[in-house]
Amino acid sequence: MDFANYDPAGARRSREIISAKIVVAGGFGVGKTTMVGAISEITPLTTEALMTAAGVGIDDPSKVPGKETTTVAMDFGRITMAQDLILYLFGTPGQTRFWFMWDEIIRGAVGAAVLVDTRRITDAFAPLDYFENRNLPYVVALNRFDDAPQYEPEEVREALAISPDVPLVMCDARQRESVKQVLVTVVEHAMLRLQADQGRGHQPAPVG
Amino acid sequence: MEPRRDPRGALVRPYAVTRGRTEPSRDIALEAVLSSTPTQVAESRFAGHDKYRIATVCEGRAQSLAEIAAYTRMPLGVTRVLVADLVAEGLLTLHTAAPAEGFEERMNLLGRVLSGLREL
Repeated sequence: MDFANYDPAGARRSREIISAKIVVAGGFGVGKTTMVGAISEITPLTTEALMTAAGVGIDDPSKVPGKETTTVAMDFGRITMAQDLILYLFGTPGQTRFWFMWDEIIRGAVGAAVLVDTRRITDAFAPLDYFENRNLPYVVALNRFDDAPQYEPEEVREALAISPDVPLVMCDARQRESVKQVLVTVVEHAMLRLQADQGRGHQPAPVG
Repeated sequence: MEPRRDPRGALVRPYAVTRGRTEPSRDIALEAVLSSTPTQVAESRFAGHDKYRIATVCEGRAQSLAEIAAYTRMPLGVTRVLVADLVAEGLLTLHTAAPAEGFEERMNLLGRVLSGLREL
């Protein structure tokens, strides 16, 4: 028998892999996949979900001849942090009408980053409202586009009506260091929120 | 990130591979990680082509449900049904997704993710 690969400790460790996820949201074309790709160890992958019963009534299939299902695609990336810890980054589908998919994406998530393009600031309203409603900790990240008007962060905060306790950071979704900083902010904010909830004697509400 | 449409239509009805079942036997999170041993992969050969593909994808490197769906190019819902079956049949090992409740567990996890990010 060959025991060259025999590693009982390794086998035990491999039984307990924990995975966590952070959500990247924002309007179409705001740079969600770019952001995921800037830090992911794999080229962002796409997984597709078919809109079935959950979409009935939202999308009326009878209005689209020959089309019975809609496919919703979402992109995601992976960061293996340790042998037993993997962080996944999930981009939300661009169109907010696919709420059933959002519910699935945020369930159990650490928190979210809402990417904002200052040229299309209203695109951020839907994700902001959604995370607010679902009690998911989130931060707002202003993606710097070279040709976009430059606003002060506080102007954007006011325009988006973001409460003072929500972190707002500038970022460049193409730059790994910048994306890393956004994600660090998400996790720090999630920890603060969790501590605050605990301090008030609340059980941490399950997200989703 | 946008809905896609294949004008040719699906060659096989998506849920045909699950014999029409759309509800998985157990709930598996998108990011829940699964792995398989060489023995499990060998045994999965007898469980059908799609299940064998899934077991193969998870051999040697743990993969999330989302990754399995992406690599096998199967829709998420279909993948979830098949993965749940494989777990029930002992052909795939399901690892824990992030604990959603419990202050200590959650804090501990967030702390580990935070230091993991800083070390990148």
